[in-house]
Amino acid sequence: MGEPKPNLYSESFHIEGGNFNSAGIVSTSIKSILKKLGIPGDIVRKAAIVSYEAEINVVSYAKKAVVNLTVGPGVVRIEVIDEGQGIPNIDLAMQEGYSTADQRIREMGFGAGMGLCNIKNYSDDFHIESEVGKGTHLKMTIQTP
Amino acid sequence: MKLSEVRDILDAEIIVGEDCLDLEVHTAFGADLMSDVLAFAKAGSLLLTGLTNTQVIRTANVLDIAAIILVRGKKPSSETIALASELKIPILTTKYILFETAGRLYMKGIVGCLSKVENTSGRT
Ligand SMILES: Nc1ncnc2c1ncn2[C@@H]1O[C@H](COP(=O)(O)OP(=O)(O)OP(=O)(O)O)[C@@H](O)[C@H]1O
Ligand SMILES: [Mg+2]
Repeated sequence: MGEPKPNLYSESFHIEGGNFNSAGIVSTSIKSILKKLGIPGDIVRKAAIVSYEAEINVVSYAKKAVVNLTVGPGVVRIEVIDEGQGIPNIDLAMQEGYSTADQRIREMGFGAGMGLCNIKNYSDDFHIESEVGKGTHLKMTIQTP
Repeated sequence: MKLSEVRDILDAEIIVGEDCLDLEVHTAFGADLMSDVLAFAKAGSLLLTGLTNTQVIRTANVLDIAAIILVRGKKPSSETIALASELKIPILTTKYILFETAGRLYMKGIVGCLSKVENTSGRT
């Protein structure tokens, strides 16, 4: 293991469930922070995509969430911890095309059941845990050169 | 091609980004489903869509979309315009339908940012 390496940057954000007007604010902030830190554009884009998909899910399906952004040497980590209904069957939720989105979400252009797959595809490492009635915890790791 | 040429081909109105007409674009993606845009659209592409809510701007921002072309004569809300201005994402609106918009751009050399999806998911 060796000495723990210091983080270059860390910040936490809050997301309010159900508030579609604010959906995307956190990922927009994450994007501009990473850009300012001089992270390469393609990595910034991946981080922005995964955090945005997660943010849309929180707004769509949860009550509220905390997002922790950590930038360390060689790595960007994004953790999204929500309080909400949780996911009863993670394997099913991870299947492309599976969605419980309602009409309001669909009208905004979401609810195709692609988000979690997309998060997994754009992350170098992805973990999901969920407890029904409590909430969902996502951990995304993206490597930087 | 320059964004000014895109405007001319589509007889489009520029709603945001009068100062971005020299921007170079070569590829595009068209969809009304932001879920698909997030999965498939590539950085630097045009986004052709009929949706006008603020999430279209957020989606374009995270993907580094060059400019948004609203089809079927759609006009964005003042909120959408304000967010696009803040994030410096040009918006053009054209009366052509999505099919015509794509066809007219394709004839002049704009290609899809991908032509086919790979396997079922189509993502890398
Ligand atoms: N944070 C969450 N809390 C509770 N349920 C969730 C959460 N995230 C996802 N889900 C469930 O998993 C399903 C699949 O999520 P996913 O993001 O893959 O697709 P979607 O949100 O339905 O559509 P898309 O992301 O394509 O717009 C959702 O429809 C929902 O039932
Ligand atoms: Mg989703």
